[in-house]
Amino acid sequence: MPKRVENVGCPYCGVCCDDLVVTVSDDGKQILEVENACAIGNQIFHHATGSERVKLPRLRQPDGTYKDISYDEAVDYAAKVLYNAKKPLIYGFGSTNCEGMAAAAKVAERAGAVLDNCASICHGSSFLAIFDNGYPSCTLGETKNRADVIVYWGANPAHAHPRHMSRYSIFPRGFFTGKGQKSRKIIVIDPRHTDTAQVADIHLQVKQGHDYELFDAFRAVVRGHEIPEEVAGIKREQILEVAAIMKKARFGTIFYGMGLCHSDGRNHNVDIAISLTRDLNDYTKWTIMAMRGHYNITGPGAVWSWQYGFPYCLDLTKKDIAHMNPGETSSVDLAMRDEVDAFINIGTDAGAHFPIEAVKHLRKHPWITIDPNICMASEISDLHIPVGIVGVEVPGIVYRMDNVPIQYRKVIDPPEGVISDEELFERIHQRLSELEAEEAAKEQAKVTPEGVRAESEP
Amino acid sequence: MKTVTLTLTNPSELYIEGQNVTPDNFAGKKAAEIAALDVWEGKQKGPLGKYFTVEGDGGATAEETKIVLRGDCTRVKRIGQQMTAGEIVIEGNADMYIGGWMKGGKVHVKGNVDSFCGIGMEGGELIVDGNAGHHLGSSPRGEWRGMQGGVIRVAGNAGNDTATFINGGTIVIGGDADIHISTHGEGGTVIVKGNARGRVGGQMVKGDIYVYGTIENPLPGFSMVDEVEQEVDGETARFVHYIGDLGERHPVSRGKTVYANLYTRL
Amino acid sequence: MSELLIKNGFVFDPLQGIKGDRMDIGVKDGKIVEPGALSSPKTIDAAGMTVMAGGVDIHSHVVGPKVNVGRLFRPEDKLFKSPHKSPTCSRMEMGCSVPSTFKTGYDYARMGYVFVNEAAMPPLHSPHVHEEIRDTPIIDIAAMPVFGNNWFTLEYLKNNEIENNAAYTAWLLRATRGFGIKVVNPGGSEAWGWGLNCEHIHDPVPYFDIAPAEIVKGLIETNEFLGLPHSVHLHCNNLGNPGNYVDTIESLKLAEGYAPKNDFGREQVLHITHLQFHAYGGDSWGNFESRAKDVMDYVNAHDNITVDIGQVTLDETTTMTADGPFEHHLRGLNNLKWANVDVELETAAGVVPYIYSPKVKVCTIQWAVGLEIALLSRDLMRTFVTTDHPNAGPFTRYPQVIAWLMSRAARDETMKTFKWLERTIDATSIDGIDRELGLYEIAQMTRAGPAKALGVGNTYGGLTPGMDADIAVYALNPEDMPSDPAMIEKAFSRCAWLVKDGIVTVRDGEVVAEPAKRTVWVDVKVPENAQVQRDIYEHFLRHYSVKLDNYSLFEEHLHNPRVIEVDTTQ
Repeated sequence: MPKRVENVGCPYCGVCCDDLVVTVSDDGKQILEVENACAIGNQIFHHATGSERVKLPRLRQPDGTYKDISYDEAVDYAAKVLYNAKKPLIYGFGSTNCEGMAAAAKVAERAGAVLDNCASICHGSSFLAIFDNGYPSCTLGETKNRADVIVYWGANPAHAHPRHMSRYSIFPRGFFTGKGQKSRKIIVIDPRHTDTAQVADIHLQVKQGHDYELFDAFRAVVRGHEIPEEVAGIKREQILEVAAIMKKARFGTIFYGMGLCHSDGRNHNVDIAISLTRDLNDYTKWTIMAMRGHYNITGPGAVWSWQYGFPYCLDLTKKDIAHMNPGETSSVDLAMRDEVDAFINIGTDAGAHFPIEAVKHLRKHPWITIDPNICMASEISDLHIPVGIVGVEVPGIVYRMDNVPIQYRKVIDPPEGVISDEELFERIHQRLSELEAEEAAKEQAKVTPEGVRAESEP
Repeated sequence: MKTVTLTLTNPSELYIEGQNVTPDNFAGKKAAEIAALDVWEGKQKGPLGKYFTVEGDGGATAEETKIVLRGDCTRVKRIGQQMTAGEIVIEGNADMYIGGWMKGGKVHVKGNVDSFCGIGMEGGELIVDGNAGHHLGSSPRGEWRGMQGGVIRVAGNAGNDTATFINGGTIVIGGDADIHISTHGEGGTVIVKGNARGRVGGQMVKGDIYVYGTIENPLPGFSMVDEVEQEVDGETARFVHYIGDLGERHPVSRGKTVYANLYTRL
Repeated sequence: MSELLIKNGFVFDPLQGIKGDRMDIGVKDGKIVEPGALSSPKTIDAAGMTVMAGGVDIHSHVVGPKVNVGRLFRPEDKLFKSPHKSPTCSRMEMGCSVPSTFKTGYDYARMGYVFVNEAAMPPLHSPHVHEEIRDTPIIDIAAMPVFGNNWFTLEYLKNNEIENNAAYTAWLLRATRGFGIKVVNPGGSEAWGWGLNCEHIHDPVPYFDIAPAEIVKGLIETNEFLGLPHSVHLHCNNLGNPGNYVDTIESLKLAEGYAPKNDFGREQVLHITHLQFHAYGGDSWGNFESRAKDVMDYVNAHDNITVDIGQVTLDETTTMTADGPFEHHLRGLNNLKWANVDVELETAAGVVPYIYSPKVKVCTIQWAVGLEIALLSRDLMRTFVTTDHPNAGPFTRYPQVIAWLMSRAARDETMKTFKWLERTIDATSIDGIDRELGLYEIAQMTRAGPAKALGVGNTYGGLTPGMDADIAVYALNPEDMPSDPAMIEKAFSRCAWLVKDGIVTVRDGEVVAEPAKRTVWVDVKVPENAQVQRDIYEHFLRHYSVKLDNYSLFEEHLHNPRVIEVDTTQ
């Protein structure tokens, strides 16, 4: 009899749908059906058992090919790379659980590494804004139960967060919003006429890169000041109309995305959005929320904040005190400036996401990829260590985009012998401790990592 | 005043963090003791003398100590950090945080500097003959009490985010400035003698900004009030006077609302 | 297991009435034993030193989402303010007003504390709270879920369905592995869902048609119906505003007529937390004044109430509370960054940095109010030391608070730094109070009293054989107390020894071991209640954004549990 696993969390986006039903074959080895997930979430589950998986760590050989090695050998290699580097960088964590992030932090602290997550190239600018201006927010259920005005600004959930609008914002019927979409005004602010803009009552087609000016105009209007006839490509009348809707709302939420974080001014666009949200709370109730990308990219920000007080870009190289300053300690900046001399890519694909110049700099030094799947990063690495897929093969806690922890389940076992991120980092930590002890025992007897690095450029 | 000359003879593979390179730390020390001070290259803590040759002893106090840095310090960070007195001359370029959290004394960089220079400054003088990177005279992350005092002069251009959360002191940029000047400012003065790209004075509560050239994208939250003649940095000129950011909160003093002022030269 | 003998210390144990007698304390297998029961113990020489049970904190914000927002959004609280890692500790210690989990555990241990009651757990976020507990070394932690704005609670209490509310309470304590009933600004945080508040206890909660007074009374009835170890733990309405003492006394009066019913030795039915924030007179910041005496007159006359002080320590700190509307109000006063998290169906929270300056009159009056509350108390077994960490100041300032309580000279020294000294003296009675507390009274306020009020006095807070071997030794000689109050502060900052669960954990003020800590929670057995089960099912189906089956904490996320069982079916 195939087994149905219910209330399964989805390891795709920050919406963290936890209502999936997954049907697993009799022998527990095949995923047969996934219900309730979006197309992308569906694919993640099917891919786990429907494709050829890497089951052993692979070490680069002199001829450029990969050779399978044991986990013990891989752990030893990784520990030695971390141990010998002056400033190793451990980056990623878009797709793993908090247990793995906590274990990785232990390794980074021991090794004196820089520890960073994908927010660095995504919603990191949101963190900068939160540092400077706070974050008046709420959980997604609040929006669902109370909101009568929804703003999507620089976000296109129709594509990036497929079930966001139906679960939390536009369509659901909540406690005080029994009429669903009919009880809500939807405003989309985006330079493009996106599929999300398609369902909006009002679409303001802001001039690309000028969101800050538009926020400034909204704020001036909310305080009763005059503004120019047109700001950022939007006519004054439209700005006045939308400002009036916002002021009259019972409960509003601004959801914003990469349109703010990745256009000119970055964190300042988010910062002034927070200022506008603050202002509106003098009149009624408004909240703001970052459309965090991956299902647990909120996780490292939570875990490392309670461990060190910083959500990302942690320079732990001093081993006795942590330092954070994005712009300096952020992964891409470190890579571009040639500030690091070893790289661990975990649960993401820096090979695909980083600027090519950054990748070239990083490739001058040892590069280890930890990921269940083959990706660009795994193919240019010196060592690729496969791990179980969180949310499919490995359970654990993840943080949804609104910082709500969701307990994820496993639906099948990982391929035989494949371990979790957490176990891998615990073992690397153990090996690092041994290396330290060996070092203490025999002064100056430095070991060099085994294995040979490929010559080829990425 | 005694002079300590540091010459970078053995450059680092990565970057050096040199927060110990200040008159305060060098004062009262012989050259050999200075060479034994800690600097960091990543996780490796090494003596200053591993990278620099040190000539000369420190003065009795910071005030009586001058430090001259020779060689290419493009990869040396944090020179002059938290210094309270004395003088530093960097003959060429330097990296980040030069004169960061300075309280007094003078730093003169003859080349360019990277980002976060003069960050969290409370007093003293930072002179850069070349260009400066981003976050010049800005506040550290999350800190609402930004630059409190002192003077920063950059002869060339500055990057973005100059003087974020500025509370006091003066920044003079001889060339152009990229976006965001005095964002969240609540005091102090920024003078841009070239052009500014935009977002000048956004979310600003109080303080003054002068732009001699053009502002490519002015903010809607600034409103023109009058034309004034003012003496700025030793020369008198006529300016168009704007107040703002009208979207931001503003204090009331003696019954009058206090705004930030933006002046553009006629 | 190893044996320990703590020899010749001056022992202060209010739970046994021991007032500084010179005696030995035996430890075997993690428990206190009669010294005679030991065969070959290791000895700790405590001669000339003060011996107390490990400290118990009844109210502190140490783990959970809003604490973590406080950490995350204040990088400047770390910059040049974090200590370098101690070579004897396993992890770095970052943060100042909101320390990292590791620093929290180490610092409490250094002060001789072993048990902390996390003051507010948003139920939806309980897995987060338990993850942070996992990463907090040494100290045992209990966490109180918040009930005062919970939709189930509001609905049951509106209809006076105490039994249903009790069944729901038992379910939620189990779902979150929680400890007791916390109430924050009852009704007010729900009103904040619409940007509103309930400032007074008879203000109706929008839509729910119930007033804060009825919520508090209903929860007291629920608590005593269940017979929980701890009482209702209340953060009153109208926190922090001039003239709020009237609302506070009205809230205190809600406990009249209720008697405790429990098997845990608890004698109160209502604990009022951070009373300092609720004892203000005047009707503006201009004529702001202390009303500590009025409030304490009431508390002194009513045995069924306990309080903690919430002492302002005159530091830069980070305020954080489930009182969402208050934090919004505060950000309007100081214009600093503001974080807010409204939690669906349950609660809200806000976080704002705050500087209590000796140059600001309101701050120095607040400082005096906290001390007045303690010094005007006639029963220190019902009046506890807290700073409502980190709201009125970080918990690391407890030693300073103790010095102020023990020494008039310490208070005078601090008052010398006040810009508005005369006005502070005029607005309070602090200058007329000469009382100096002794070590026995400090032991009452920092371990025996809080342990008893929490209903854990059979395990924590005392040195009776059979209790946990949690013992703090301070380098203070009661027969030769230092005249310099700074020495008192120093002794309480870094204990000479801390034994936790029988393991030497701190020595000469340094953490030398990190024994396994516990999660303390209360498991209440109640009869099956189909109505409540149906209501839970319905709300999760329609209004929560997570599935019911993913809401209750999975067993694997509960770390080192110590369960306190309550059976109401007998």
